[in-house]
Amino acid sequence: MAKRTFKIWRGNAEGGEFVTYETDITEGMVVLDAIHQIQSESANDLAVRWNCKAGKCGSCSMEINGKPKLSCMTRMNSMPATGEIVIQPMKAFPVVKDLVCDVSYNYERNKMIPPFSPRPREADGTHRMVQDDVDRIQEFRKCLECFLCMDVCHVHRDHGKQKEFSGPRWMIRLASLEMHPLDIVDRIPLIKKEHGSGYCNITRCCTEVCPEHINITDNGIIPLKERVVDRFYDPIAMLMRKVFGPRKPHKKLPVIND
Amino acid sequence: MASSPETLPGGHIIGLGETRRKDNWWASPIMTVVYIGAALAYGTWAAFQGDHYQAGPYLTPLYSPTTLADPAAIGGAGGGYGHVWFGNFPSWWPSFIPASPALLILPLPGFLRLTCYYYRKAYYRSFMGTPPGCSVEGVLKGQYGGETKLFLWQNFHRYALYLALIYNVILFYDAGISFFYKGSFGVGVGSIILLVNASLLASYSFGCHSFRHLFGGRLDCFTCDSPSKAQHSTWKFATWFNERHMQVAWISLGFVMFTDIYIRSVSHGIIPDLNTWGANMSAAARPAAAALGL
Repeated sequence: MAKRTFKIWRGNAEGGEFVTYETDITEGMVVLDAIHQIQSESANDLAVRWNCKAGKCGSCSMEINGKPKLSCMTRMNSMPATGEIVIQPMKAFPVVKDLVCDVSYNYERNKMIPPFSPRPREADGTHRMVQDDVDRIQEFRKCLECFLCMDVCHVHRDHGKQKEFSGPRWMIRLASLEMHPLDIVDRIPLIKKEHGSGYCNITRCCTEVCPEHINITDNGIIPLKERVVDRFYDPIAMLMRKVFGPRKPHKKLPVIND
Repeated sequence: MASSPETLPGGHIIGLGETRRKDNWWASPIMTVVYIGAALAYGTWAAFQGDHYQAGPYLTPLYSPTTLADPAAIGGAGGGYGHVWFGNFPSWWPSFIPASPALLILPLPGFLRLTCYYYRKAYYRSFMGTPPGCSVEGVLKGQYGGETKLFLWQNFHRYALYLALIYNVILFYDAGISFFYKGSFGVGVGSIILLVNASLLASYSFGCHSFRHLFGGRLDCFTCDSPSKAQHSTWKFATWFNERHMQVAWISLGFVMFTDIYIRSVSHGIIPDLNTWGANMSAAARPAAAALGL
């Protein structure tokens, strides 16, 4: 058993300060365990959001020693052996109290995305698609909505461009819809204008912090940026569309032998 | 309770380079600046030399393709290997600019790397500080426009790719003819280096995000018809390289410089090239093209 020192930010949207706590750390503890222990021992009013404690609900996002992380998945033995551990709420969202942020921006942003709209059903009344076509977008379905990617994105974090750029989580949702083999909505103009794909400068911090290891930048944002280039910046692609017309949805459907 | 003036609610410090991170986040940007800076410095120096860029059948990639050549250049293109495309530099070529074929060709790979989706991360972080590290405060507070304004030209990356794919073919051609010295087949250390270099640069092109998009990624359905199925294969092929794009970007950049250093050193006679022909590839053993009347 070893005693560790935690510097936890306490306060609300008006302001606050770091308060230092000490607690005993035993083998197997994660940072959220230590916070709960501090809560029970010396700070009953410490606000922290959590739920599953298994890295699946995405509730316990915070900044641990300056890095956006899920506190339930950050093992104490992964922390530096000495020195205090600094715990803060996420920077990109308004603080409600202590470590709890108001993440409602995300739900408002989600409303701006046209929902999944499949093409008409086939003659036998089904929708058919093949695993090869959805492999790509299944990666995006792993998203926990922990919003660590939104927190680390410097476009929001440093520059406050929440209105101009929707952020990585919503680019991933847009990618999952845009690449869906059944979906027929054209979201490319929306991705460029309302969701501001051009504001991402590919610094890949979102990918680095994703607890589900979703390759947000390479598999989501860059393919969307390339589709925006097809539509708005590539003169050859634009000329081809003028001559041959826009790409039509595939008419031939895959045949599945049951 | 009140926040100190330097912090935001949440205890986040305001100011360039400020962070609560305790790891050595600055090591990666510094290494990037040193590595890319060294490659840029060496490449620029080598491009302005205008000589010692060919040793026997080996042509350094910094000077390939040799569109125009200076026949008086020691260790320049010549020897009947067909490296020179359009003859000699014109007489009106300004005297204050070295008659170096590299100056005519290097802007192309330069533009490819400048607009590359991997290198954007490297230089936006390391050279421009937007941001210098993840959860580290960067520059341009409030004025940041990303790639919507000044950096709109990043959207032309695919055009650099189209040209780079041609360039890849030329480099394999150069590697191919490096296995022939005075008409006879053989192998030299230089041939192997040129082949590895061409392979690394091709791997870099195949892993390009624009390549991956154009050759399959742009489709929503990979299985709907035969062309889509073929593009699914190329997309998977590109994805394999794309997952290694960063590593290949670093290695290929360094290897181009290494290849130039090797061929330049062989041409200068600093190091001998081990080869099956038993030939001395230094420029001293090969008069300048002008002296041969080429």
